[in-house]
Amino acid sequence: MEYFLQNLINALQWGSFYAVISIGYSMVYGVLMLFNFAHGDIFMVGTYIGFGIATLFLALFMPILPGWVIFIMVIIVTMFLASFVGVMVEVIGYRPLRGAPRASAAITGLMIGIIFETGNLILLGAQRFSFPALIESVSYNVGGVYFTNVKVLIIVVSLVLMAALHTFIQKTKWGMAMRAMSYDFKAVPLMGVSINIIAPLTFAIGAGLASVAGILYGQAYPVLDPYMGILVGWKAFVAAILGGRGSIMGAALAGYLLGFIEIFVAMVFPSTFRDLIAYSIILIILTFRPRGFFGMAHSTQLRL
Amino acid sequence: MQLVVENLSVSYDKIRALHGISFSVEEGEIVTIIGANGAGKSTTLRAISRMVPADPGSKIEFMGQNVLKYNTDRVVSKFGISHVPEGRMIFGNLTVTENLTLAAFARKDSAAVAADMKWVFDLFTRLEERKNQLAGTLSGGEQQMLAVGRAYVSGRKIMILDEPSMGLAPLLMLDMFDALKEINRQGTTILLVEQNARLALKFAQRGYVLEHGKLILEGEADSLLDNPEVKKAYLGA
Ligand SMILES: Nc1ncnc2c1ncn2[C@@H]1O[C@H](COP(=O)(O)OP(=O)(O)OP(=O)(O)O)[C@@H](O)[C@H]1O
Ligand SMILES: [Mg+2]
Repeated sequence: MEYFLQNLINALQWGSFYAVISIGYSMVYGVLMLFNFAHGDIFMVGTYIGFGIATLFLALFMPILPGWVIFIMVIIVTMFLASFVGVMVEVIGYRPLRGAPRASAAITGLMIGIIFETGNLILLGAQRFSFPALIESVSYNVGGVYFTNVKVLIIVVSLVLMAALHTFIQKTKWGMAMRAMSYDFKAVPLMGVSINIIAPLTFAIGAGLASVAGILYGQAYPVLDPYMGILVGWKAFVAAILGGRGSIMGAALAGYLLGFIEIFVAMVFPSTFRDLIAYSIILIILTFRPRGFFGMAHSTQLRL
Repeated sequence: MQLVVENLSVSYDKIRALHGISFSVEEGEIVTIIGANGAGKSTTLRAISRMVPADPGSKIEFMGQNVLKYNTDRVVSKFGISHVPEGRMIFGNLTVTENLTLAAFARKDSAAVAADMKWVFDLFTRLEERKNQLAGTLSGGEQQMLAVGRAYVSGRKIMILDEPSMGLAPLLMLDMFDALKEINRQGTTILLVEQNARLALKFAQRGYVLEHGKLILEGEADSLLDNPEVKKAYLGA
């Protein structure tokens, strides 16, 4: 039982990364009908930005400000900078390709990813960096279940972010415009809404979220690597598909499900089998629910 | 003239749908363009709201300004040209209120927006009763009301409407045209495109007849109603 609860907490943490990252995937897909294959590498870039800001802020403010204030400052500044990266990806990478065949956009996404990876290598070299700990880790033992404040923080911050995003999408006019885009992007400009505002905004949010996931990831797994986004990116893509086209709630749930499956498969089977079994399960789910959990059957327009 | 269209041509994949048509609409007027299926009525409206590009040499001016310089969203927000498109194009995954709120996206005068929304709900009480319902669950007639309501809220100086009578039962159709009359009385110019020529010509002050992408007739609505050619081709008499 303790062992199970232990793994439950691990799964929640692991699923939080997937959930927060895959939301960005799902949003871009829902709003713009575009798979942003660069998203995993945007996560990587966001993590490095978070690393840079964290290092800088710790050096500047460490004894002056309490750790949690620095942590929040790092999150806010990193989100802001990373969302700018997201905007650039949309404006420079994808905007010229509107109306071009889908494959062009897919290839462009992969290319942007490679540019980010190699750009990182050129700028920072092959040296491995280690993400500084922003929160001093404290372990707790509740009835034989061990967990750290960092794990709890990761889960809580992720949930707060997702709740904030949900409110934004449901309550603000920008959120309405995004939802409208996913239904019929051709009618959106007739409402006086510029697609050239909504598209970069969507990318900005996705990149901002991914960068926070990066900071949180860095707290749990501090080693940075220019290729760290690739596998995470593909898994977030799977979660976005599993959640259903453009469904934020679906992507979040699927992210957690992915986390759970991975952790619990590893609990029962040798860890080398983990991905094989985990993704077989997902394949089976998709066989029975090809549109994912919350996929809309209806969309008026196929793509932007 | 508020809206001046001159020598407007539009092509789809090299096939010309409009062959240099010219017409104009005075501020506060109700003008209709009638024509058969495929005549180019929707294309004309789409060119005005910049949903399709106009061919070189075309000219569209609104209050003396060049409309063709702007994208659709600016045509709506800058000029107040609101387009009720063919097939309504309401957002089925948004509620009625959200559809209307979105239509006011670019407007900064929130008090006036609230007043406009109230006005729409007073005009179309069926929408008010369903304001928190997903628009996709509305009946066809209610969706049409929402499409018109949305255009009203988006800041109309001129409303261009693509077959608002489509799919409406005769009684609802008359209600709809009463509502449009009311909107016109509030100072909104109306350019209406219709297949239902009799209805449109009774409603409008002036009319144009579009055939195969060319305007072949124009005149006072009454005189068009009496025109033997129009009678024969469009009024089924
Ligand atoms: N997206 C498109 N691609 C290619 N051709 C088109 C497109 N839209 C319209 N056309 C063609 O342009 C011509 C004019 O079409 P349009 O939709 O403007 O006619 P309409 O007068 O509105 O007809 P209806 O009364 O049936 O709505 C038609 O021949 C049509 O086939
Ligand atoms: Mg038409």
